[in-house]
Amino acid sequence: MHELSIVCSIVELASQAAQGRSVRRVTIEIGKLSGVEPDAVAFCFPEVVRGTPLENATLDIREVDAEARCAVCGAEFPTPDMLSACPCGSRQFERLRGEELNIKSIEVEEAA
Amino acid sequence: MCTSCGCQGQGTTMTNLQTGARAEIAALPEHGGAPHSHGDHGHGHFLDEHQHAHGEHRHEHDHHSHEHGHAHGHDHAHAHDHSHEGHAHDHSHRRVDLEARILAKNDAIAAKCRAWLAGREIVALNLVSSPGAGKTTLLERAIADLSGELPLFVIEGDQATSNDGERIRAAGAPVVQVNTGTGCHLDAEMIARALSELKPSVASLVFIENVGNLVCPALFDLGEHAKAVIFSTTEGEDKPLKYPHMFSAAKLVIFNKIDLLPHLDFSMARARENILRVNPDVAIVEVSAKTGAGMQTLYDWIRAQRTATAVQSLIV
Repeated sequence: MHELSIVCSIVELASQAAQGRSVRRVTIEIGKLSGVEPDAVAFCFPEVVRGTPLENATLDIREVDAEARCAVCGAEFPTPDMLSACPCGSRQFERLRGEELNIKSIEVEEAA
Repeated sequence: MCTSCGCQGQGTTMTNLQTGARAEIAALPEHGGAPHSHGDHGHGHFLDEHQHAHGEHRHEHDHHSHEHGHAHGHDHAHAHDHSHEGHAHDHSHRRVDLEARILAKNDAIAAKCRAWLAGREIVALNLVSSPGAGKTTLLERAIADLSGELPLFVIEGDQATSNDGERIRAAGAPVVQVNTGTGCHLDAEMIARALSELKPSVASLVFIENVGNLVCPALFDLGEHAKAVIFSTTEGEDKPLKYPHMFSAAKLVIFNKIDLLPHLDFSMARARENILRVNPDVAIVEVSAKTGAGMQTLYDWIRAQRTATAVQSLIV
């Protein structure tokens, strides 16, 4: 399950960025065609964060729908799976969205 | 896994089967393991984050969804009151925008591996398949057939045991076995460590035998020249449709076990059609690693990659 590695990377990136502060929210972006299962990420998260600055953090996952632009007719169309083709029949297209695997932001606690 | 930083020390070890030397990969020094590179990749832009204090406004303790368009490490400070079990206290929090790719660290190490390999005119192939598709048998055959022509090195990935590494060593190629422990794929840091242990020679061929798995290795760039999927005829023709990420990431599909075709219902035409639906540009060869049938077409493909790499390294 590569989602475990993904969560480890999220925790490492967020911990570094937090610079010793505790993290209360992590916002990530997962494209529908990224090959990463949001449910599996959410499942691993509480295990991985134990004992880290993210221990009490909420994980906010934003899923991104996939879209492509056809190289033949120029139309933009949704690509819900890896086999989607343009309604015009073309399989030649450029993926515009849906492969994201990003950490968007974190919210850290500040000493009052 | 290392729980203090969330790094990927999932009990990964590396064994040099020539020397017997064994080392841990990516365990924290304070845990008593080998040193590893924390924070020397992709770290810089976190340090120069701007500290925007947005005039501390008070609001309810609720979900805040700030849709700012800032890039890279802008902080936004907010203070709010909320009460917990009857007593009120102050908390303030600050939003730090990162906009970083989650796999940035892996990809940075993979880029270093790729540059290191290119500078030495080495072609590295990342072999992926289901368990049992014949990766190790194919390598044994390739080592026997090509050893007179070019130097061949192997990085073996498995969750556990050095069984495959031992088979490769017996076949005559220098090999480093990486055991990923609970990990389901090789990552770029493992390859960086394995390459520095293996020390492949200039203009050689490096085979990376990934962990048998058609899902996870698709996502992790190792700095390889190409991913090659081994698809055996004992599997279903719809494998490319079931695991499209892997087939879409590959430059080459190697059909293996074609010697069994007379005994199977496997339709090569349907299987090819399914591959091309997922990846119209991929090269396809048909071999039997057991009998040696078709192996020359695979070697020709590899030679073409070596020529292209050599030409590229002259230009760059």
